[in-house]
Amino acid sequence: MTDSQMTPPPEPTGADRSQPDASAVLDQGTYEKLREPRGSGRLDLDGTWHQISPRYVTSQFIQYAITLAIIVVVVLVAVYALHQTWAWIPGGIVVLSILLTLVILPRQARAIGYMLREDDIVFRKGILWQRIIAVPYGRMQLVDITHGPLDRAFGVSQLKMVTAAATTGVQIPGLTQAAAESLRDTLIDVAETRRTGL
Amino acid sequence: MSTPQQPDPRADGMEPLPPVPAPPTGVESLADGEWHRLHPLTPLFKGGLVLIIVAGILLNSFRDRLIYWAVDLFAPDAHLGDLSTGDPVDWVFSNNLVLLVLGAVLGVLILLIAAFWLVWRFQQFRISDEHVEVRKGIIFRSQRRAPLDRVQGVNLTRPFPARLIGMAKLEVVGAGTDANVPLEYLTTAKAESVRADILRLASGARAARAARRSGAAPDAVGGPTTRRAQLVGSVNTAVSGLIEGVDLADVAPESVVKIPTGRLVGAQLLAGVLWLLMFMAIFGITMAISVPAILADGDPDAWIGVLILTLTVGIPMFIAALAITWAQISKSLRYSIAPTPDGVRITYGLFTTITETIPPGRIFAVEVSQSLLWRPFGWWSIKINRMSGKSVSQQQSSTAQQFNIVLPVGVAADVQRVLGLILPDLPGEDLPLVWDHGIQGPQQDGDDPYTVMATRAWWRRPLSWKRHGFAVTDFAMLLRRGIVWRKLAVFPLARLQGLSSQQGPIDRVQRVGYLKAHSVTGPILGDIVGIESGVVNASLDDIARRASAAVQRDHGHRWASDADDADAGTGAAVGHAFSTSFGGVSPDAPGSGDAASSQEPRES
Repeated sequence: MTDSQMTPPPEPTGADRSQPDASAVLDQGTYEKLREPRGSGRLDLDGTWHQISPRYVTSQFIQYAITLAIIVVVVLVAVYALHQTWAWIPGGIVVLSILLTLVILPRQARAIGYMLREDDIVFRKGILWQRIIAVPYGRMQLVDITHGPLDRAFGVSQLKMVTAAATTGVQIPGLTQAAAESLRDTLIDVAETRRTGL
Repeated sequence: MSTPQQPDPRADGMEPLPPVPAPPTGVESLADGEWHRLHPLTPLFKGGLVLIIVAGILLNSFRDRLIYWAVDLFAPDAHLGDLSTGDPVDWVFSNNLVLLVLGAVLGVLILLIAAFWLVWRFQQFRISDEHVEVRKGIIFRSQRRAPLDRVQGVNLTRPFPARLIGMAKLEVVGAGTDANVPLEYLTTAKAESVRADILRLASGARAARAARRSGAAPDAVGGPTTRRAQLVGSVNTAVSGLIEGVDLADVAPESVVKIPTGRLVGAQLLAGVLWLLMFMAIFGITMAISVPAILADGDPDAWIGVLILTLTVGIPMFIAALAITWAQISKSLRYSIAPTPDGVRITYGLFTTITETIPPGRIFAVEVSQSLLWRPFGWWSIKINRMSGKSVSQQQSSTAQQFNIVLPVGVAADVQRVLGLILPDLPGEDLPLVWDHGIQGPQQDGDDPYTVMATRAWWRRPLSWKRHGFAVTDFAMLLRRGIVWRKLAVFPLARLQGLSSQQGPIDRVQRVGYLKAHSVTGPILGDIVGIESGVVNASLDDIARRASAAVQRDHGHRWASDADDADAGTGAAVGHAFSTSFGGVSPDAPGSGDAASSQEPRES
């Protein structure tokens, strides 16, 4: 996979810097305002959150639409050609759940955010069920960037961080290609300077 | 597109790699970077024995057909008609085919031995200054190289049949799934010296200390004794090892924690009673459903059916409960834990003895727990989270669960000593947090340093909500949970893998949140619920900051590189100082008078 939009990683300014460089590329073409729960008892963290690209929603919409179309066709074939009337039930459940997902998807996408702090990366997601996780840079074993064919067409990719713990699982979807590459390089760069043991 | 980060031993940048330890002089060391072979009897113990037995059974069942076929092939003129009537061996004798048959058997034997020999010949290992490496296979060759600074521990297993002739298997525990490097089998002396070498190299110890250690190493490896004398000697040591325990020669006896057999059996029996109750419940339900169904017919002989059902269901369950209890007891018998310069050494098992060495800085979480049944006796057990390096299927087995138990059962004094061994860096001012306020807490009078659940969220933990909470120090995050199963978990911040907070809709209405400390896969979970959401938000900041400071202070992964001038018994000294000061903090701890009895092995 060659990337024409590849951006050179930000120059490290030395070991004594206080904050990893949040390069401008992370905030290009992303949502502007984080969607947060309204309750006063919500989880929150001070700092600047980076957000993901709205193109993620478009890409997801198309993927779900394709899935939906396939399921509808399968159910119709099962019911009218094969006379399996029961197919309405599982088909209806799946279609309903996909529609529900589609309804909340834009809101969910606006609630996804990440923050590069001095010693760790913080990732947040969810509105009704909110989750915030902080992973120290030095704990990172692996940074993975994946993008499917449709993601590539829209220029978004997913960045995944793996630590020695199975449960930390930070996956940031919907980053622009340039942001993903830059974030990865920054993360690896910072992790190098803070790595000890496992 | 992925960018794996290669684990680079030099990447920490804090300390340069220490100079390569000089190979010990005078003693034949296997850590010389050359390829070595395992013990020639290896295939026999790795399943060769089973193969021979299976072959024997097969031969026994199919000998008629085999002989029929072989005779047909080599002597088509023989009188096959006789075969179907009598015993084939008689037939062989009567037809003068003895030589032919013996030749065939010999040929198969030679083939088998040659195959075993080839397998053995192609399996080699080597230990260099940076890696331990194994290569094997004739047609499908495989080679595994593990970096020494990622070694999570070294296990030395003496399985029962093999230990009688003085053999043991060594397992280098790696970090990751299915990442272990097995070395099966070696003579016990060799296995011990290889273990010492691996730990010495992994520790980054300096040459001086290495030489001192290797000078003290047993030189039975290249001893001038004959093979026969060695065999007799190994049987003797194996038998005496069964009686006295193994692997305690090089540690200070007063620093060893042992468990009296009576207490161990008692504790496991209590657990066994639980199993029995569970099985009895299953049995009762089965009977309650099936007996009315059988008796419903009105058949006068129906009681026989009931009796048969009772016996066929009841007896296996009873046996299963017994077997589980016995397996637990025999596995944890002769348990001892001792500090060595290269980490904590845990030994357990009656017939098959397993010795685990856990280097410092490989323990991700520690939990002290006590069930309701154990409370009258003041018994506790300690578990840890560590990297097992086993494959997923192996992780489910019971041996894997044993792997995470550091203290099967102990009184308060044992708990304090073991905590001192496995958490040597725990600072003194945290001790009351661990013991008085943590394990024993919350105290009735005075302040509770733990942040407990918000009162309005009590319904999430209806029994333990006054106890359910956490505390954070510069060294660790402590989680205090449970009232029926009292638990206290310590997550050292230097090895914290991440911290997360969660909140659902009901939580938000109640203004509380959920906090979770992430650690490697293991029995200890880091979940705390129902904490004030303001506290959760602040903690995510606070703990992250303390964790990064703790990481910078910590050098556990190259534990000996800055302690080269200290005595060989550094670990012992630290552990001991800790445990004495620990004991001083809470002199009224139950069972602390037992300290003397736990120091001396009291086998009854």
